[in-house]
Amino acid sequence: MLDSHTQSDRIAEILEAHRGLEGPLLPILHAVQAAFGHIPEAAIPQIAAALTLSKAEVHGVVSFYHDFREKPAGRHVLKLCRAEACQAAFGNTVAERAKEKLGIDWHETTPDGAVTLEPVFCLGLCACGPAAMVGDRLVGMLTPKKVEKLIDEVLK
Amino acid sequence: MRIWLPLDSFTLAMGGEEVAEAIQAEAGKRGVTVSLTRNGSRGMAWLEPLVEVEIAGVRHAFGPMKAADVPALFDDLAAHPKALGPTEELDWMKGQTRLTFARVGVTDPLSLEEYRAHGGLAGLDRALGVDKAAIVKEVTDSGLRGRGGAGFPTGIKWKTVSEAKSDRKYIVCNADEGDSATFADRMLMEGDPFCLIEGMIIAGLATGATKGFVYIRSEYPVAIRIMRAAVEIAREAGILGEAFDMEIRVGAGAYVCGEETSLLNSLEGKRGIVRAKPPLPALEGFMGKPTVVNNVISLASVPVILAKGAAFYKDFGLGRSRGTIPLQIAGNVKFGGLYETAFGLTLGEIVDKIAGGCFTDRPVKAVQVGGPLGAYFPRALFDTPFGYEEFAAKDGLIGHAGLTLFDETADMLGMARFAMEFCAIESCGKCTPCRIGAVRGVETLDRLAQGDASAIPILTDLCNTMKLGSLCALGGFTPYPVMSALTHFPDDFARAKEAAE
Repeated sequence: MLDSHTQSDRIAEILEAHRGLEGPLLPILHAVQAAFGHIPEAAIPQIAAALTLSKAEVHGVVSFYHDFREKPAGRHVLKLCRAEACQAAFGNTVAERAKEKLGIDWHETTPDGAVTLEPVFCLGLCACGPAAMVGDRLVGMLTPKKVEKLIDEVLK
Repeated sequence: MRIWLPLDSFTLAMGGEEVAEAIQAEAGKRGVTVSLTRNGSRGMAWLEPLVEVEIAGVRHAFGPMKAADVPALFDDLAAHPKALGPTEELDWMKGQTRLTFARVGVTDPLSLEEYRAHGGLAGLDRALGVDKAAIVKEVTDSGLRGRGGAGFPTGIKWKTVSEAKSDRKYIVCNADEGDSATFADRMLMEGDPFCLIEGMIIAGLATGATKGFVYIRSEYPVAIRIMRAAVEIAREAGILGEAFDMEIRVGAGAYVCGEETSLLNSLEGKRGIVRAKPPLPALEGFMGKPTVVNNVISLASVPVILAKGAAFYKDFGLGRSRGTIPLQIAGNVKFGGLYETAFGLTLGEIVDKIAGGCFTDRPVKAVQVGGPLGAYFPRALFDTPFGYEEFAAKDGLIGHAGLTLFDETADMLGMARFAMEFCAIESCGKCTPCRIGAVRGVETLDRLAQGDASAIPILTDLCNTMKLGSLCALGGFTPYPVMSALTHFPDDFARAKEAAE
């Protein structure tokens, strides 16, 4: 864990790197999340001050988008597609098995902090669904059995 | 030995990296020099990973490949168990008219030399030789309409921006392809990124814009990586630079940002809230300046229109739907993927002949056309020709040309409920019909599911309110899947009633 001084230095670096961009808030938030795994509460006033926005405005943006986390996720994030094409290919049974195996519901993290399960609405893999994403790794044509195997691999 | 293996997300999701590693390992073991090109996908998702090997100057396809199938590629290729024959001779390839996707799957996406050798930059060369008005006229005459879903004539939009007076103008490419069953934008960006860049530069020339943005959804990490690399290469080659430069921006998981005004707010660093129109983005768009907002496929269709002329493009299609459309066939489908063809095939031809029906071998019950906001079509409407007006006449839409097949096990009441649930999750919250209506829609469908048929008129009335009163297509079009499910599949709604009784 970074101490607060290092954290604010790192955020200052990110802010500096995005100077001169038109509409820089989303790129900044992505960079902050990439650095810390979430948007730390203390980052909000710092970003707001740099962009001459109110804290409420920055918080409003953070809370609007599904991608931005206010708390860290598990070590791995398993995103299962819930959209229509994956449902047509029986994605719901895959999701049920994943929840069962992990013992958690959507948006929850396993008690050991290993896996966070999240729904995603389309990965653009609609012709080889049901689809999932773990980190940047894509997986297609999932079955209940294959999702169990995928979870085992992730937990290894 | 020349080998091609796509870097497309389809390929990666089906184990493409393992196959790539196996090719390198086997080549090393046998001491064979292999030139492995990572191309885009040919669009045959059920054959991915699809490996191509050059035999006597002709590319032969092998798929779907597993790492265990790789060693045999170095033996007698004709006897390979996954041999499919010359790629261009496959039925899926032969039936298509590939104009926008001509290079996807053929070339190395990040090779500017290959791009040029396969007709790339010819459109830009022509655009550089004529004036603004001539470019706009060419695009208008081609009949190209917005491929993102709304179908607005691209040339007219460009004309508005071109004639607007301003110190700065922008080209914004909407690559927030969030609709289920659509992946054409992704495949184009992963497989032929320079084509999109060329289209955006031409749009810049036509309108006087000097800056472009591509807003790509965060769920597309491969497309983001390839587009960023392509922009760098184009900059080094002097194709992008002072006259026109561009940036790749990444969304943050909000479906509504596929709506153009919401996307502009997001790009400006705000919540992705829909703006009321007017003012049109063409007059007051990004940062309040005149802005072209076009879908990836619209912009990527421009180079071929400029290179071959409006008349060539316009010659394809039917009625007021001119040119070609990349169909994206998905869901419970035997042969799914991307199939570019002229407008005008019937839905039945697409579903039965091209897609081969469901992978479960059960009858096709419904096809959702146009993504989560599109209507469910029953077999009785399979004679509908694929075109903007033709689908509108059947209370549907073609949207971004995605088609999701469902077999007879699908529960259409459940799908109608999902449409409302999705709208409730993704609503930006600005207008009441969408924000509240979607929540009430879920509740009303739950009443129906419990056998309360008196909820049907309430649902119908609610859908009418959402359709007429919502600010954008999210609330305005969610009634399409809901009402089409209710209208065409009444049995699924009656069953709940019977069960309750």
